[in-house]
Amino acid sequence: MEAAIAAYGLRKRFGSFDAVQGIDLVVKSGEVVGFLGPNGAGKSTTMRMITGFLTPTAGSVRICGADMLSDPLKAKEHLGYLPEGAPCYPDMTVAEFLRFIGAVRGFSGIGCARRVELAVERTSLHGVFHQPIETLSKGFKRRVGLAQAILHDPPVLIMDEPTDGLDPNQKHQVRELIRTMSKDKAIVLSTHILEEVEAVCTRAVIINRGKIVFDGTPQSLDDKAPSTIARNRLDHVFRTLTTADTETRR
Amino acid sequence: MSRLAPIVRREFAAYFNTPLAAVFLVMFLFLTGIFTFNVGQLYERGQADLRPFFDFNPWLFLFLVPAISMRLWAEERRIGTIELVTTLPISIRDLVVGKWLAAWAFACVALALTVPIWMTVEFLGEPDRGAIVSGYFGSALMAGAFLAIGSALSAVTKNQVVAFVLCAVVCFLLLMAGYPVVLDFLGGWATPSVAEAVASVSLLTHFEPMERGVIDLRDVLFFAAVVAAFLWLNIVLIEWKKAD
Repeated sequence: MEAAIAAYGLRKRFGSFDAVQGIDLVVKSGEVVGFLGPNGAGKSTTMRMITGFLTPTAGSVRICGADMLSDPLKAKEHLGYLPEGAPCYPDMTVAEFLRFIGAVRGFSGIGCARRVELAVERTSLHGVFHQPIETLSKGFKRRVGLAQAILHDPPVLIMDEPTDGLDPNQKHQVRELIRTMSKDKAIVLSTHILEEVEAVCTRAVIINRGKIVFDGTPQSLDDKAPSTIARNRLDHVFRTLTTADTETRR
Repeated sequence: MSRLAPIVRREFAAYFNTPLAAVFLVMFLFLTGIFTFNVGQLYERGQADLRPFFDFNPWLFLFLVPAISMRLWAEERRIGTIELVTTLPISIRDLVVGKWLAAWAFACVALALTVPIWMTVEFLGEPDRGAIVSGYFGSALMAGAFLAIGSALSAVTKNQVVAFVLCAVVCFLLLMAGYPVVLDFLGGWATPSVAEAVASVSLLTHFEPMERGVIDLRDVLFFAAVVAAFLWLNIVLIEWKKAD
């Protein structure tokens, strides 16, 4: 069986700037990939190419066997995506917004209502179900974005900084949600929080300057740290991997 | 096609989620009243027709239609939801057409609310109903063409004000294309054939026959072509520049 996400040789060039320089990312169902890297390393750009928002300068993306470039609608059906900052229509209520997403995804009537109900339950949005999205706090807005992404129970879930701006309780809740969904899904999430990778991810991918500099389990990432370091071991490895380039140049 | 319906419904409802719809409808009806009765002198003319109403209609649309179309794509860009909708399993073509249909439906609601003016002349005399129906048809086509232009131009910016101004300017030039203002301006540097081509795309010259009650297939096709051309441009602009 083909991997849920199969991206090969992804490149993206903006003018004279090579944002992503040849990234291969193959993710199987059941894997939770933590996508790490400094700001501007190309995390969002890579995710945007995988979700079909950006057209790659070179390379190919297949989602559950459907090619994103030649058959984008089919590929997007298998995909749930939480864009950076979780954009939603502020003038709609949570209920209206989720029903709209359900309708665009082809659900109607009771089927749609059931999907919305389940997504609201998983993201604990009951209390604000009939409130306009613009009146919600940052944490709730993020969860509305999450509810939208998991509404159709997609086999592939891509989340750009899902826990950014959430309080510790909400972060915990989102991580629990990701863990419960991870059994039968391929999940990619980007984050700046290294503990998050240890907490929920089965695999860590670190990119720097548009290239993959590490791909392995969180444990093997931890093993790279010298044994003399007791605390913040992952931070140390992250810094070594993503700044080595600049330091050798000096 | 089934994916089009939720887009149309959402966009149409979005007008009524803000005070924009109410403000727009009140302004449109108020100005229509002034232009038809005070400036156009519907009563004083002593004729039971709606010529004064239709004469001013395109000029009202010039300032009010950009207000309907400006948010269509500029707002999606500003709040980032363009990334959300373009990664849903729906084609850009359906998104563009759905948004335009919703805006057009809203413009048609505004036009329908002017029916009391028609009732007024029905009460006062025996108007040529054919001319009135064809005038409304022409007005609806004019609004559709302006909205397609406005939608395409709203796709180039994050700023609704910029989208409004761009749309108003382009619609003004297209309205005035057959008039000396534009032709004199072109006469300075363009060749006569260019000036002639520009004159033939004037929206007003294709609207006037319908105002008089003559529905010429060529005029209808002209408006359909303007709508199709700008919606196509809209699709291209979104596909190329959706992430900017």
